[in-house]
Amino acid sequence: MTLIVKKTTQLMVGMIFMYGIYVVVHGHLTPGGGFAGGMIIAGSLILITLAYGSDFLILMKEETESTLVENLAIIMVILLAAGGFLFGTRIFFNNFLPKGEVGELISAGVIPLYNIFIGAEVAASIFVIFLALIIFKEESSE
Amino acid sequence: MEAAVSILIGVMIIGAFYALMAKDLLSSVIACGMVGYSLVICFLLLKAPDLAIVQIVVETITLIIMVAVVLDSSREEKYQKPDKREYIAMAAGAVFLAIMLWFFVGSVQSLDPLGEGSLRMAKYYIEGAAAKTGSANLVTGVLFDFRGYDTLGEAVVLVTAVLGVLTILRLKGKKTGQ
Repeated sequence: MTLIVKKTTQLMVGMIFMYGIYVVVHGHLTPGGGFAGGMIIAGSLILITLAYGSDFLILMKEETESTLVENLAIIMVILLAAGGFLFGTRIFFNNFLPKGEVGELISAGVIPLYNIFIGAEVAASIFVIFLALIIFKEESSE
Repeated sequence: MEAAVSILIGVMIIGAFYALMAKDLLSSVIACGMVGYSLVICFLLLKAPDLAIVQIVVETITLIIMVAVVLDSSREEKYQKPDKREYIAMAAGAVFLAIMLWFFVGSVQSLDPLGEGSLRMAKYYIEGAAAKTGSANLVTGVLFDFRGYDTLGEAVVLVTAVLGVLTILRLKGKKTGQ
């Protein structure tokens, strides 16, 4: 890409990434949540890859690591949901942590944790789909 | 507000038709974007910021990917003259559209006006949801507490979709020696 695109990306991408994290972490207070924030984080990663490009081997490595993050995040969500079996009324998706005061950042029990793991899962999934398309293009052009 | 939403839906219908009719695939993709971004404004007017955020981000990322794909492949769409069988399909579509429209008019007359009245379950969710779930954002409270199974299903669908993409878009196996 040109110098203008590279410089603009360099200035913007950190803010986009931080905004994604903000949307994920404040999912139980303000509009947004895991899905929206995860997509914003994935967008910042895609922006970096589009602007700077990357070596084929690095792309393969990134794909493997993103797949790992994605699968670990979904396993964590299932484990958190299954954690409801251990405390209180023993049902799946039981909110077992103390709920705290409504409107505080640390409140609502396990809901913020669900948000964070779903955010990681969504970000990694979208990025893996994008990387798979790029790798497919590079492999087929060889 | 209803007038604004009606105009936006008209724009969306025009965009959808243009996306079907356009000869250049790139302008077809841009017309799809017209549908998506009009939907974002509809969500904002109907007071659903959660949906609007998700829709605007998903729309942008899918547009980027689609534009990249279109620029990389052929931009021209091949025109084929419709044969006899397609005329039969068009006639069947028109009949089906008329029947659907008739039922739609009948069902709209028996519904509450937009934004008024709520279902029994919705009432239970709205009343005291903050106290029950501890979450100030009602949508997140419903997503991760009342409807936890739904969210888990969505996340698993995304993981499965990624597995499918990785399986289809792989020309070489990772161990080429075997």
